[in-house]
Amino acid sequence: MWKRCEAMTRTNLTHALQEALRTALITAGLCFPLLVLRLEQDSSNQLTLQQRWSWLVFAVIGLSVARFVGLVLQDWRARAPRAEKPIAPTRPQLARAVSIFGLIALFAFPLVVLAFLGPSGSLKWINNYGVQILIYVMLGWGLNIVVGLAGLLDLGYVAFYAVGAYAYALLSTHFGLSFWLCLPLSGLLAATWGVLLGFPVLRLRGDYLAIVTLAFGEIIRLILINWTDVTNGSAGISSIPRITFFGLPFTAADNGFAATFALEFSPIHRTIFLFYLIACLALLTNFITLRLVRLPVGRAWEALREDEIACRALGLNTTRVKLTAFALGAMFAGFAGAFFAVRQNFVNPDSFTFLESATILAIVVLGGMGSQLGVALAAVVMVGGTEILRELDFLKLIFGVNFDPAQYRMLIFGMAMVAIMIWKPRGLISTRTPSLFLKERKNIAASHVGEGRG
Amino acid sequence: MDVFLQQLVNGLTLGSIYGLIAIGYTMVFGIIGMVNFAHGDVFMLSAMIALILYMALTMFLGLSSLPLIFILVLVGTMVITGLWNWTIERVAYRPLRGSFRLAPLISAIGMSIFLSNLVQIVQGPRNKAAPEFLSGLFHFGPAGADVTVSLKQILIMCVTLSLLGLFWFIVQKTALGRAQRACAQDQRMAALLGIDVDRTISLTFVIGAALAAVAGVLFMIYYGVVNFSDGFIPGVKAFTAAVLGGIGSLPGAVLGGLLIGLIETFWAAYFSSDYKDVAAFSILAITLIFMPSGLLGRPDVEKV
Repeated sequence: MWKRCEAMTRTNLTHALQEALRTALITAGLCFPLLVLRLEQDSSNQLTLQQRWSWLVFAVIGLSVARFVGLVLQDWRARAPRAEKPIAPTRPQLARAVSIFGLIALFAFPLVVLAFLGPSGSLKWINNYGVQILIYVMLGWGLNIVVGLAGLLDLGYVAFYAVGAYAYALLSTHFGLSFWLCLPLSGLLAATWGVLLGFPVLRLRGDYLAIVTLAFGEIIRLILINWTDVTNGSAGISSIPRITFFGLPFTAADNGFAATFALEFSPIHRTIFLFYLIACLALLTNFITLRLVRLPVGRAWEALREDEIACRALGLNTTRVKLTAFALGAMFAGFAGAFFAVRQNFVNPDSFTFLESATILAIVVLGGMGSQLGVALAAVVMVGGTEILRELDFLKLIFGVNFDPAQYRMLIFGMAMVAIMIWKPRGLISTRTPSLFLKERKNIAASHVGEGRG
Repeated sequence: MDVFLQQLVNGLTLGSIYGLIAIGYTMVFGIIGMVNFAHGDVFMLSAMIALILYMALTMFLGLSSLPLIFILVLVGTMVITGLWNWTIERVAYRPLRGSFRLAPLISAIGMSIFLSNLVQIVQGPRNKAAPEFLSGLFHFGPAGADVTVSLKQILIMCVTLSLLGLFWFIVQKTALGRAQRACAQDQRMAALLGIDVDRTISLTFVIGAALAAVAGVLFMIYYGVVNFSDGFIPGVKAFTAAVLGGIGSLPGAVLGGLLIGLIETFWAAYFSSDYKDVAAFSILAITLIFMPSGLLGRPDVEKV
């Protein structure tokens, strides 16, 4: 260990210092107008400038020190003896153990939280963390069919989520249909939209497909905003019927859930039911995907991702294969949308911006495209990680009372997207297990997995 | 006729701004084949920087000569925005070069989220209303029509034209422009012939950002309001312009920008302004579906 330290020569240190100085200069140049001078409207609504040099000093010192430490560490690691890690054979028992443990943890989560924090304290944890993360897990798994398995880059996935949400909102408020009837209808409608939109665009490839799907996503959002007769515009649709326990409403009334089961009424019952509902929906998505991958259609998706030309040469109808992936992904987004509407009992177009699509896509790519476990992991890290920033109140003691960590949520989210991509361009779980194998099932390194161009 | 000519002038003004942003998209796509999602936010950043510089020059230095202020703001914004985009390329895109295709895209989306939130945090979420920079209207009318052209619009068109001229000269006549075109055609061959590909790509980002900065300054002057969320919609529209003109083609980007500006203003004037963004996005979708190589682009040949 000491040898490595000594080997860190003077030139390397000088180099690191020079780089740190350069970083300091660049940071100063970048931050000078933006951070130092803040535009403020004064009392007479005139624009004025406030000076704020401390931010510049913090940014310059922070980034140059980070650069210096980074370079020193890099140098240190370059000296460490390194062996290429062989790709381990898959361990089916381990994978099985992990998934069983995950399932138990998932189903025990609300009960454990409830036992420790009581009904009022646990509401936030089950709702903001449990339900919120599971919605993204489900959306991530749904988009994974399109992006990870079939290799079609879809930047407008949130459009189908919106279709599902509005389908439930409109059907239930206008026709009084129950959630359990609307859920399949929402999925069906979203899948229909998937086919309708997919049909013309699926002959495009790569980035072009991404951009067209983005355009469709935005068009649907703009229509939701502007078609006020049906959608009530930006104000959205409120007082959507709440979820019932298969007919029993979660109210304090005599025919309510609590009274029927002789429990004390608490709003937590509904949240816990929503938690289990979304958990089941997400697991259904996962289960169907895992089964489909073993069917001819699933194999066709993966083949399409690996090599579209070869697929066509083998006589696959690529448009139809792509359409099934697109429609199925859309259907799961529709289910998730209906769930979203029943959970919020309010929908408006603000929930379906491009940022949502980008977040879901980021979850799929960061998790490692095609890996179900990776997607779930990425959803927990990205959504849970940004949610947890709301909790860091102790930072106020360090940075002052006006410091609000939640404000930096999306800033850190954006930085994390860049950082994870640079650290692991193939996502958190980048190896694949083959769905077909000879003699022994071995992991496939990321560099051998195609990403699809469609 | 009045309305038509008036909207023509307005559309060309808006189109100039889109065209300037579109060049940044099309150049980056041409050279590294990546959709630079953060470009719209770089544009928003430049508009914010322009407003800050303008306020600083008038408040702290007490300058009052309009042409001098304008030139200082323009040059200052171009330099700082260029530095920003250079850093962004260095930090977020260069480590991913040669990596798989989705990685730079996600990185760019992350950068876009980062930039808009950075501006929101350091400058606050409210609209920043700029003081009136340049007022003055001209009336002119061929054959009895009455069309109003503001001094701002004339300024925007003049600045756009002269900077496009300068840009055209750089791309067509200088060594840098030749290197850039060579890299866009074949990076490996360009590298073999002694062109520093990394440096050329960096400079491409700087030039793209400088033109976006010009658009940002003009946007700030024309609309007088800047907000942290102003990057996305102009960004997507400028991208639409780049696609419509044929992505990778520089004159195509300008042509596409003007067309999108015209379509948007005419749509808003003759149909409904609610759906003007829908019109722009529909054009994007229709162009891509029926004419993926755009108006002036080369078709993408797939080799087995």
